[in-house]
Amino acid sequence: MAEPRKIRMTVNGQAREGWAEPRRLLADFLREDLGLTGTHIGCEHGICGACTVLLNGEAARSCLMLAVQADGAELMTIEGLARGGVLHPLQEAFWEHHGLQCGFCTPGMLMAAYDFLRVNPDPTEEEIREALSAVLCRCTGYQGIVRAVKAAADRMRSAP
Amino acid sequence: MATGDGKLVGARMRRVEDRRFLTGRGTYVADYLPARTLHAAFLRAEHAHAKILAIDAAAARASAGVVAVVTGAEMAPLARAMVAASTMPGYKVTPIPALAAGIVRYVGEALAAVVAESRYLAEDALERIGVEYEPLEAVTDASAALAADAPLVHEEAGSNLLVTREFACGSFDPPPPADLVIKERFRFHRHAAIAIEPRGCLAEYNPGSGELTLHSSTQCPGLVRSALALHLDLPEHLVRVVAADVGGGFGAKSSTYPEEVAVAALARMLERPVRWVSDRREDLLTTSQGWDEIIDAELRVNHDGTIVALSADVIGDIGAYSVYPWTAVIEPIQVVSFMPGPYRVPNYRARARAVATNKAPTGPYRGVGRPPAAFAMEGLIDRAARRLGIDPVELRMRNFVRAEEFPYKTATGIVWDRAGFIECMKKTCEALDYPAARAEQERMRAAGRLIGIGFGSYAELTGIGSATPAAPGMRVPAGTEAATIRVDPSGTVSAIFGVASHGQGLETALGQVVADELEVPLEDVRVRFGDTAFTPYGTGSYASRGAVLGGGAAILAGRVIRDKTRRIAAHLLETEPAALEAGGGELWVRGGAGRRIKLRDIAQAAYAGAKRLPRGMEPGLEATVFYDPYYGTATPATHAVMLEVDRETCAVRILRYVVADDCGRVINPLIVDGQIEGGVAQGVGGALLEEIRYDEAGQLLTGSLMDYLVPGAPELPNVETHHLEAESQVTLGGFRGAGESGTIGAPAAIANGIADALAPLGLEPAELPLTPERIFQLCARSGVYRLATGLA
Repeated sequence: MAEPRKIRMTVNGQAREGWAEPRRLLADFLREDLGLTGTHIGCEHGICGACTVLLNGEAARSCLMLAVQADGAELMTIEGLARGGVLHPLQEAFWEHHGLQCGFCTPGMLMAAYDFLRVNPDPTEEEIREALSAVLCRCTGYQGIVRAVKAAADRMRSAP
Repeated sequence: MATGDGKLVGARMRRVEDRRFLTGRGTYVADYLPARTLHAAFLRAEHAHAKILAIDAAAARASAGVVAVVTGAEMAPLARAMVAASTMPGYKVTPIPALAAGIVRYVGEALAAVVAESRYLAEDALERIGVEYEPLEAVTDASAALAADAPLVHEEAGSNLLVTREFACGSFDPPPPADLVIKERFRFHRHAAIAIEPRGCLAEYNPGSGELTLHSSTQCPGLVRSALALHLDLPEHLVRVVAADVGGGFGAKSSTYPEEVAVAALARMLERPVRWVSDRREDLLTTSQGWDEIIDAELRVNHDGTIVALSADVIGDIGAYSVYPWTAVIEPIQVVSFMPGPYRVPNYRARARAVATNKAPTGPYRGVGRPPAAFAMEGLIDRAARRLGIDPVELRMRNFVRAEEFPYKTATGIVWDRAGFIECMKKTCEALDYPAARAEQERMRAAGRLIGIGFGSYAELTGIGSATPAAPGMRVPAGTEAATIRVDPSGTVSAIFGVASHGQGLETALGQVVADELEVPLEDVRVRFGDTAFTPYGTGSYASRGAVLGGGAAILAGRVIRDKTRRIAAHLLETEPAALEAGGGELWVRGGAGRRIKLRDIAQAAYAGAKRLPRGMEPGLEATVFYDPYYGTATPATHAVMLEVDRETCAVRILRYVVADDCGRVINPLIVDGQIEGGVAQGVGGALLEEIRYDEAGQLLTGSLMDYLVPGAPELPNVETHHLEAESQVTLGGFRGAGESGTIGAPAAIANGIADALAPLGLEPAELPLTPERIFQLCARSGVYRLATGLA
């Protein structure tokens, strides 16, 4: 067991710091040290995607990274998606189209979808399904999720 | 939208609970971390069957941050083993210890716990525990486990056959004469629920008050409460179980687990909060699994397609323990109870045997027994249709229970209330445009493609009441639930239930029912559940009961409140209750301009006491009422799938998927559609991808999500869902349960679709899941080595 190291990062636009052993998972650091419990842990081996966050603007699985690897990075978690109490179009669309049931995969699903729409703002259904294969949902059968991502994409493209 | 004019039931409304989930503000069990919490990790058996000769925990106890190491022998005085009791004749009990002592019976069974200042430190210490095992011969196949010389999973039971249940209705000596006899052995392999939130719990014990609180990811806080009291020797009123947000359950979180007992015992021993959150490997090793049955079935039919008789002999591989509290019989018994399905079956005989093996226990999983039952029965029907040259839809139509025959008592004693058995099939065919689909199939077949159309029809019993035990002989009060409705002096409403949500949207659905009963807007109603300290006495959510029992209780309690509200309002407005109209949280005198009163003012009067109330009226505006639907109600459906088997890869691609169900009066179509779509997704997974596999020594081969394949978005179809809404005449509100429905029909429809696709090759698969590998092997065994060249 190595000594804890000081870690500084920007999370959802705020400077945060804490101490973590080198082996500490980024997901555990976010959840337990920074209190950002919206990032969920579903498998700890990089398959389910529930722990997906944005690391320097790109989707990353926080269960497959160590906190020390994110030292100095800019992160966005589910807690940063709504701004000033106003939901992001993806959150609104998931709500409207029943893109969630138990809600456990939802933060990872939203972060993965956010990253995907950044790269592909006008996706086909097939492209959405392919992209969302990065996150497992056991409740919805993905139907509402796919509808929601499409609706959010349409709305985001037409937004001024 | 939320108008309070009594029209919320039936409205497609987005869910109340979603905002916190969408913003990362849910409170799942792992999100709760009180000060001074200790973290538990379990040492799990490496052998499927072994004696524990010695455990050396000295190094672990000296490991950094470790507060305690507790072995099975040390746990035994702290926690009684759980015995799933039943009055079934011949049933052999299999006590489940909180931690195994002396012997382990499946890989993954917990035999020691480390409690440390962090989960990391606890896992470090686990590696320093030395266990000396004496491996015993393991039995991992249920048929082999029935042999006289098979190793015994429970020596004291004297046999691996834990219970046998038999039914007979009609005459089988000799079997009734029929023109055609179809025999088949169906095999549905083992399945895992895979809630994305793994199981976990956190226990707190207050030595001052003697109160134990367990926060747990459970569907059934009420059942866990009773189980902890019993097994930790605590009075029940000092045990509180909290299940805040639960990240999916699908039946697998309806049982009480040894880890919940162990963690509670550790917190009591150490007088500090103790938390355990399983990782996915632990979840795959230890969370109760589903299905795993062999069904030897025989259907006797006449030339005109009339069913004459049905027999089924079911072997259920229930794993190492009889699951608590449901018992080992819950899964296999439901296979034989529901095999006759929605059909008239005049002669039926069946046997279900629950057999112990050295594998993880099976338990309730979405559909419980009915997915295998429908797979077998619908497979028999399609085989009969092929042999008789009758269209499979027509053959079903000739045998469905007819409208004039309801209530219909099945051969196994289940009573179907009037429901749309035939109408579901008609609606599915209409939505599919069945003749056009068959014509398209012919065109595609002519082009060399392997296209199949498959149907799955079934009926399930939902919302069961006190007359129908969840499992025979079981002592859980599964047939009743209550609602408490409280209007506070500010005029807002709390509606509190013993049923609990693990994703179904009950906060919204039950809120809609309450708001309609009280004639108030939805935003004035807060639905609460999941904390036994303040909910009315109940068990939890399982067996598609939330809407039926919760909704029924809401209506009963709502009526009491509405009646009292009107009597108070009439008193204050100096009129008769019958002269009042209500809506939007107000009451007014019909035709009496300006004479109106807000619910808030009525509630204030209610709590103000005698000064403002009619003479003799009890103060307050709160009611708790229990509901018992007695038998329960039927939920039928027909699923239809059009699919293609790829000639090169043997993979199955779903082209269309249609469901027509009768789930009674729909409370919220958005939610019900989601239940069906999600249920179908799990059925598709079970039919095509998902299989828990063990090797012969009982080692789990599918211990990660790389090996156990849960369908992702690209693997699943869009499901077209239609609801018939034949309001149940036997439940309050006319609701029928919808939670399990989707998972029951999908494996049957898909298996039949694949059989239809492969029919030109003369192949009739009878094993699920039909992975590409299994389809390839089926072809190879039949001499069709490559589908690509299989057709002339």
